[in-house]
Amino acid sequence: MSNLHTAMLEAEAITTKERGQWSMVMTRFFRHRAAVISLVIFVLIVLFAYIGPFLWKWDYKIHSEIPSWVGPSLDHPFGTDKAGRDMLGAMMQATKQSMNVALVVAVGSTVIGALVGACAGFYRGWVDSVLMRIVDVLFVIPFLVITAAIAGAIDGGAQWYHMAFILAVFGWLSTARAVRAEVLSLREKEFIEAAKAAGGSDWHIITKHLIPNTMSVIIVSATLQIAFAILSETTLSFLGLGIQSPDTSLGLLIEAAGASAFNEHWYLFYIPGLMIILIALTINFIGDGLRDALDPRQTMVRR
Amino acid sequence: MVVFIIRRTLLMIPVLLGATLLSFILVDLSNDPVAEQVFQIQQSTGEAVPQSTVDAIESQLYYDRSLPERYWLWLTGIGETNGDIGLLQGEWGPSIEGTAVDIGYEISTRFWITLRLVLFATVASIGIAILSGVVSAVKQYSRVDYSLTFVGFLFLAMPSFWLGSLLKEAAVQANKGLGSTVLQTYGSGTTGFQGTGWEVFVDSLPYLVVPTLVLTLAGYAAISRYQRASMLEVMNSDYVRLARAKGVRNGTVMRRHALRTALIPVATFAPLSLAGAMGGAIVTERIFGWRGLGAYSYDAILHGDSFAVMAYLLISGIVVLIGVLISDLLYGVLDPRIRYE
Repeated sequence: MSNLHTAMLEAEAITTKERGQWSMVMTRFFRHRAAVISLVIFVLIVLFAYIGPFLWKWDYKIHSEIPSWVGPSLDHPFGTDKAGRDMLGAMMQATKQSMNVALVVAVGSTVIGALVGACAGFYRGWVDSVLMRIVDVLFVIPFLVITAAIAGAIDGGAQWYHMAFILAVFGWLSTARAVRAEVLSLREKEFIEAAKAAGGSDWHIITKHLIPNTMSVIIVSATLQIAFAILSETTLSFLGLGIQSPDTSLGLLIEAAGASAFNEHWYLFYIPGLMIILIALTINFIGDGLRDALDPRQTMVRR
Repeated sequence: MVVFIIRRTLLMIPVLLGATLLSFILVDLSNDPVAEQVFQIQQSTGEAVPQSTVDAIESQLYYDRSLPERYWLWLTGIGETNGDIGLLQGEWGPSIEGTAVDIGYEISTRFWITLRLVLFATVASIGIAILSGVVSAVKQYSRVDYSLTFVGFLFLAMPSFWLGSLLKEAAVQANKGLGSTVLQTYGSGTTGFQGTGWEVFVDSLPYLVVPTLVLTLAGYAAISRYQRASMLEVMNSDYVRLARAKGVRNGTVMRRHALRTALIPVATFAPLSLAGAMGGAIVTERIFGWRGLGAYSYDAILHGDSFAVMAYLLISGIVVLIGVLISDLLYGVLDPRIRYE
């Protein structure tokens, strides 16, 4: 009986393909050419960092059979450094470590920022005041100095997970502010009132209603966090206050290259630098594309 | 206006206090200057350090007190002290480099070196940002707009230490090629140069060019994006359309109506880039061998010199808060809808 009923309804309905929210977002995103190209490049970089080490014969360590200071060639596409390290292998490891930090920071600081922002915006009153004063206070402390002071003091040098933790703990401020601003207007909407009237707990409303509806802000700020984390981590490692040798990071590779930008060892300086730029650049374009795609005010012309 | 400034300044005090408390705890928990000192002595003498020396170091650095007491002493200097601690009394606390090194003296001599760099860079980056943002908006979706946007993205993605190393080497090459020393790439001024303030400033100019350029390029892109967006929004607003409709000349519309309003979001955002530049100073000073505040805090971090790190954190905190205050005031100057009573 009920089957027959739905079948009748289906027959009556105008036959258009169902469009979910996400399929619309995808369509809009894939129309953004720079963002799509960036996404492809970014995925290739991730594959390079995580799959590459299994395919390439050299790792990032020093080997006695590798000659020192060979320019880019077939045996060593990115050349070798003074100590006898294959730079392609080193680049894979360095990119992987920087990516590890960036991805963990993106997830960690986004979760902290989203929860803090949502709680502040939802409860208002003293909760809001306290949380936002904490944000103000953290904002006054210079990010680079406090992270450097903590990372530099870790016994035996910081590992990538130390770096990720430290950067995430101090990196959530902008996300919290953006989410709070969204939630402040959302909390007055009817569907939140309905959820309250239906007896939903505060936690339920925050996690099931408020945060999903601020997803566009959260996703965009998470992507931008990746670029931010890559730049911070490499800066700290460059200063010698982040990831330490014998492990390696893109910042360390540039530090080791020193003043070789214009001499015969130029490849040691440019390749890691271009890798950082490429990661941060593609992430920024992806973020831009996502912002446009997730913006509900954008109308999609139905064809 | 004056009342407003005073009220805002008073409101900043608790924020600054909170920031010092939080960073004091973090720096204190993560660093152990006593252990660092003991290790140094052990390295130089090759013997185990006697307990009496450890105790002496502890009492000299106030590490025989509890953390809350140490913070209280650092802030006020009220209590049992050696007379070298207490911000309210103008003392910055003991340095681990020994009693001969006074943190307050180090900071006051180095402060102007860093401020010179940071101020020039911030002003220059705001100028470039406004220019490129406005040009981008006026020529929206043209080739100029696309190129400026791409260049902006490029500098946004470029790590400042990489750009700094690159420009430093480029300046060295340029000097070699020209056979001149127009661009100095190491230090902040001629060593041992003496003279009046103005002469010192003129002497430092060749040293200033490249580091300022690095900080400027590293900072301008984000502001320029804001400027473009806000300019576009204003240009599509009704009152700009009205001004055009009643026949106001294009230049006047842009200057008097569009640009003035479009500067408001930028004015609030731009002084905050002072914070970024203060952080960036550590990197730039390290690359260009400046002996400014950034280099000082870098050394302090390396040696676990807690009170020196705190001094830098406090000073950059104050600079950031001054930036926030300036941005609040600019709001009032630029936006006629806001009046400070």
